[in-house]
Amino acid sequence: MSILQVERLSIAFGGVRAIDDVTLSVPRACVFSIIGPNGAGKTTLFNLISGVYRPAAGRVLLDGVDVSGFAPDRLARRGLSRTFQNLQIFFRLSALENVMVGRNRHETTNVIQDLLHLPAVRRQNRATREAALAALARVGLEADADKPAGSLPYGAMKRLEIARALASEPQVLLLDEPAAGCNPVETGELDEIIRAIVREGVTIVLVEHDMRLVMNISDRIHVLANGRTLTEGSAAEVRSNPAVVEAYLGTHNARGRAVA
Amino acid sequence: MARLIDSRYTPLVAVVFVALALPLIFPSPFYYRIGALVFIFALAVIGLNLLMGFAGQVSLGHAGFLGIGAYAVAIGPTHLGLPSWFCIFAGAGASALVAYVVGQPILRLKGHYLAVATLGFGLMIAIVLTNEAGWTGGPDGMSVPRLVLFGWPVHGSKAWYWVAAGTLAVGVALALNLIDSPSGRALQAIHDSEVAALVLGVRVARKKLGVFVISAVYASVAGSYLALLNGHITPDLAGFMRSIELVAMVVLGGMGSIFGSLVGAGVLVVLPQALTGFHDYEHMALGLIVMGFMILLRRGIVPTLGAALAGRAP
Repeated sequence: MSILQVERLSIAFGGVRAIDDVTLSVPRACVFSIIGPNGAGKTTLFNLISGVYRPAAGRVLLDGVDVSGFAPDRLARRGLSRTFQNLQIFFRLSALENVMVGRNRHETTNVIQDLLHLPAVRRQNRATREAALAALARVGLEADADKPAGSLPYGAMKRLEIARALASEPQVLLLDEPAAGCNPVETGELDEIIRAIVREGVTIVLVEHDMRLVMNISDRIHVLANGRTLTEGSAAEVRSNPAVVEAYLGTHNARGRAVA
Repeated sequence: MARLIDSRYTPLVAVVFVALALPLIFPSPFYYRIGALVFIFALAVIGLNLLMGFAGQVSLGHAGFLGIGAYAVAIGPTHLGLPSWFCIFAGAGASALVAYVVGQPILRLKGHYLAVATLGFGLMIAIVLTNEAGWTGGPDGMSVPRLVLFGWPVHGSKAWYWVAAGTLAVGVALALNLIDSPSGRALQAIHDSEVAALVLGVRVARKKLGVFVISAVYASVAGSYLALLNGHITPDLAGFMRSIELVAMVVLGGMGSIFGSLVGAGVLVVLPQALTGFHDYEHMALGLIVMGFMILLRRGIVPTLGAALAGRAP
């Protein structure tokens, strides 16, 4: 059964249907990509799935449970996390501390214990730290653990967000343009990182403009245009679909060549 | 031995050292009173800094909690015959309860809207204290019975200096503990990006409410101490100007710096005393100096100087 289902989802902003009757089904432990031209509604769809927006109509099912209208923190505690297209780094904290926040839902001490710094808090801090270091290592940032998060290069911040989300141990991880601003080497590393995450059983939903990455890594690709579903299929099917080429690739020559 | 002194407790060590060292240089007993005032305000400022500097939630009504704590130790013994020490705790409990109830709706607000809502809360407390004259003595205030601890009457500046120093040390230790804990990390995360904290599963509303309650308790205890130290209170203690003063101490000393809270309280308690020589121009001089601090040390005294020192060290 699919881990994430979206059924006839819709939302409008000021009369514009940003997402219009979108239905999709994401199988477990795969890479499911959502592509489309700018303004197609990809990030809006992410905001709906992750609970940042409430859908006007339609349902979202996570592991078979209707989670429509759940707040983002409640969804996160059910195993759905995400990264952001425009970075949402905790700039006040170090890279390691950013990832430690990702462990929050697994931390069991209460605020009174925290105030008194009881032995349970000390044990908790140690366990959190180890798990966070392991998550940093998964994205290759272990050497930057103690640096202020705001001092990292852009691409590293993108990976820091992935590590932070991984630390929360999601079943489903939404990645919003993780390769934006990455050079080809970094994009190659990102490809490896995503594959490793999927091998561990996590389902990845990917919004990405880098077509080489999308075509290489995706098990399924869902194409949006003007808030509606254009088509869905394997990389080969999407690539050879004339409607996709016209709506999306045809209008962007550089990207079109990368795909064709 | 070195392991016993955890480096994160540096501000705590500083408080203990300063409290022990200051009496050696006090020229007259009057200075004990100033010292006690600094420690008491520092307590309230640390609480407010946990809310503002760490969690990023502003409060322009925190003097309301000073007022609740102050009137608890005035009304409890006078009208209800309760011991003063118990009323310090009762006031803290009442402040916590009020913060818990008021915080649920208003902490959903952000930025300027939260500022105005907390301002309204502070005004409300001050008005209640003024109007309930039967209990509070109205605008003229009321006298506060002396605190007796284990048969020892705590009175005089010197005694309060030591009580305030001890309590401040506890307040600093608890604040430092909180910062280096799951709750503390979550609060700092909320400050930078609420949505990112949410998608990681952080119960943002609950964390904000928790730190609001904690900061209310700090302010309440400080209010009780101020009342007991002065022996007389008026509703001005809960007024808008007091709230602004607390915020100014947080920002001047440094948002998100416990050590900064001590410095901020110290500067804004001591400066008006030091400037009395300017007579009519005292307030003007104070205003200019505070503006000068903020222009030259715009992130607050401690963070700016700290960064300058760190930059020069390597």
